Amino acid sequence: MSGKDARRAMLDAIQAATEGVRDDDPAAAHAALTRPYRQVGERDAAARLDLFEERLVDYGVDVSRLHASDVASAIDEELARRRASKVVVPLGFPEAYGVGVGARERLADDASPRELDAADATVSTCAVAIAETGTIALDAGAGQGRRAASLVPDVHLCIVHASQVVAVVPEATARLEPAVKAGAPITWISGPSATSDIELVRVAGVHGPRTLLVLLVTDA
Amino acid sequence: MSDARIPLPFHEAAPRALDDGQLRRNLANVTSSIREKRAAMTSEMPDWEALRDAGKAIKEHTLANLGHYLEQLEASVTAAGGTVHWARDADEANRIVRDLVRETGTRDVVKVKSMTTDEIHLNEALAEDGVTAIETDLAELIVQLAHEPSSHILVPAIHKNRSEIRALFLEAFDLDPSELSDDPAALAGAARRFLRERFLTAKVAVSGANFAVADTGTLCVVESEGNGRMCTTLPDTLITVMGIEKVVPTWRDLEVFLQLLPRSSTAERMNPYTSFWTGVREGDGPQTFHLVLLDAGRSATLRDEAGRDTLRCIRCSACLNVCPIYERVGGHAYGSVYPGPIGAILTPQLRGAKQDGELPYASTLCGACYEVCPVKIDIPSILVEMRRRTVHKERAESRLPATSLIDAALRGAAVAFATPRRYEAAQRLARIGQAPWVRKGVLKNLPGPLAGWSDARDLRAIPKQAFRDWWRERDEKQEMDA
Ligand code: SF4
Repeated sequence: MSGKDARRAMLDAIQAATEGVRDDDPAAAHAALTRPYRQVGERDAAARLDLFEERLVDYGVDVSRLHASDVASAIDEELARRRASKVVVPLGFPEAYGVGVGARERLADDASPRELDAADATVSTCAVAIAETGTIALDAGAGQGRRAASLVPDVHLCIVHASQVVAVVPEATARLEPAVKAGAPITWISGPSATSDIELVRVAGVHGPRTLLVLLVTDA
Repeated sequence: MSDARIPLPFHEAAPRALDDGQLRRNLANVTSSIREKRAAMTSEMPDWEALRDAGKAIKEHTLANLGHYLEQLEASVTAAGGTVHWARDADEANRIVRDLVRETGTRDVVKVKSMTTDEIHLNEALAEDGVTAIETDLAELIVQLAHEPSSHILVPAIHKNRSEIRALFLEAFDLDPSELSDDPAALAGAARRFLRERFLTAKVAVSGANFAVADTGTLCVVESEGNGRMCTTLPDTLITVMGIEKVVPTWRDLEVFLQLLPRSSTAERMNPYTSFWTGVREGDGPQTFHLVLLDAGRSATLRDEAGRDTLRCIRCSACLNVCPIYERVGGHAYGSVYPGPIGAILTPQLRGAKQDGELPYASTLCGACYEVCPVKIDIPSILVEMRRRTVHKERAESRLPATSLIDAALRGAAVAFATPRRYEAAQRLARIGQAPWVRKGVLKNLPGPLAGWSDARDLRAIPKQAFRDWWRERDEKQEMDA
């Protein structure tokens, strides 16, 4: 029995089982499926930001709204408050924001998992954010780092620009489509890691960063 | 599948579960709280019904064209640097994974919760090679340390309380009792420290998948704790075992399921983490990726409408939480990794073991499961269809005589219910006939072959005055009053 046999046998069985129900042109039949759900949200920009912030707070995320010119000092402040001395700064993270890391030890996002484990925090940008669900999406673009970088350190400080916040999920999947087609890994983050596995008590922070901070830049 | 792996039949397992007070309390607790939250999360979505319709339509379309989409998925995953394997059954899938793990030379594998790998008993298969598969989902870790199967799709350790979990951790992590309290946060912290080291050193991870996108080759894992991100990111090699029904045609289709799943499952607007990866990405994540496509009864299930409907399931567990039977007996009684209403229809179709024939009877046909199902699976109708099949099968195996007592009784009922006059006559007869067996308004200890019925059920006796008699009397009285 080789793998080829298994493949052929499974496909044959599936073809036989779907006799009479399959389409001659599956792609055309798929394109013809109706999608009567909301493709875009109705809220205006201000309401969208309010909702996004409300959702994040609901998940236990620390959110602050600020102007682009204040991001560096906010980063410095947050890192100081968490006593972070070793910080992961991904490739392509905006220089103007990065000055907030100051004289702290910097790690590149291609550090080994073991090195990342010794870091105190990661700063990153994001690709898009969803107001209705309080979700931040990373697509490995500039400033976002490799996946391990935003996962292993215990603090994740994420910069979200107001223009990146969409209202509903389909708007985000539309924006992410080119990255997915280019093979980029995508991570959706909706609050810090959590479990309710022990007597249904919600405990924040099992394996991912136990602290998620969002700096919401209103003029970018 | 060997018989040793098939646990007690439902009618033996259920009464045991009913006697477990802790399990019943925990279950009632979790199911009622998730039920309420789920209702709130779905009612705030103005397009919830539209999403359900779209989810159903996409899955229906995909399953009807499953061969096409699997070949497309294979091509995209391969183009993205992954390797695709096809497994007809559990043994074949296990053998593929064992060979892949053996090639890496590792003895430790980290695993993220996956019902598919539970279904094929992968951990046991790996153990035969001396490979330890560590479950990294907190609840799965707990049940693994306790050497038990999980009891709920969503909260597998629902039957364990905090002091039991503390005792398990003290022993497994080799801790001094003074080092660990039974506070859930402390327990989660202990698991974090223990597993962190495993994640950093593991060479191989095994995962399941919630979805796979045919046209891009993108795999998707939905989770809460971050162990899924760890497993799909840190090790050199990632092996994903996926049932063939998990494929969807395009990336945009996920926008439907990623709205339906978290709200139906954990009653959240979105789960904390969702990971998507496409083959291998240079310098980021596992550099070797294998995808094992598992049939194990699925292509056979695809043959008829009931089967195709069943395979739409996205494993959200909403139907479990609303089920009055599940709420009382819990997951273990179903003797399968798929419990509750979905298990009652999925297990008999996938596994088809003799005793699975009784699972479709573990239901009151109340219809609550259908109402909450995010992909609109008409579970009650399929349950009835499964019952019909069980009867046919038993008859074919001549365990039921061609003309059985059931047939005779049902034929009698058909005659009796055919006209109102006959119905009333039958009722009068029954009222007299039942007298010796009525205890406090309930029929008990019926004689002969009827005993099997009355032993397991409280059947209300036919009352002294039937509704129809009362109605007629009332009419007559009103006429007289007028
Ligand atoms: S049958 Fe429907 S409700 Fe039940 S687990 Fe599957 S998708 Fe969820």
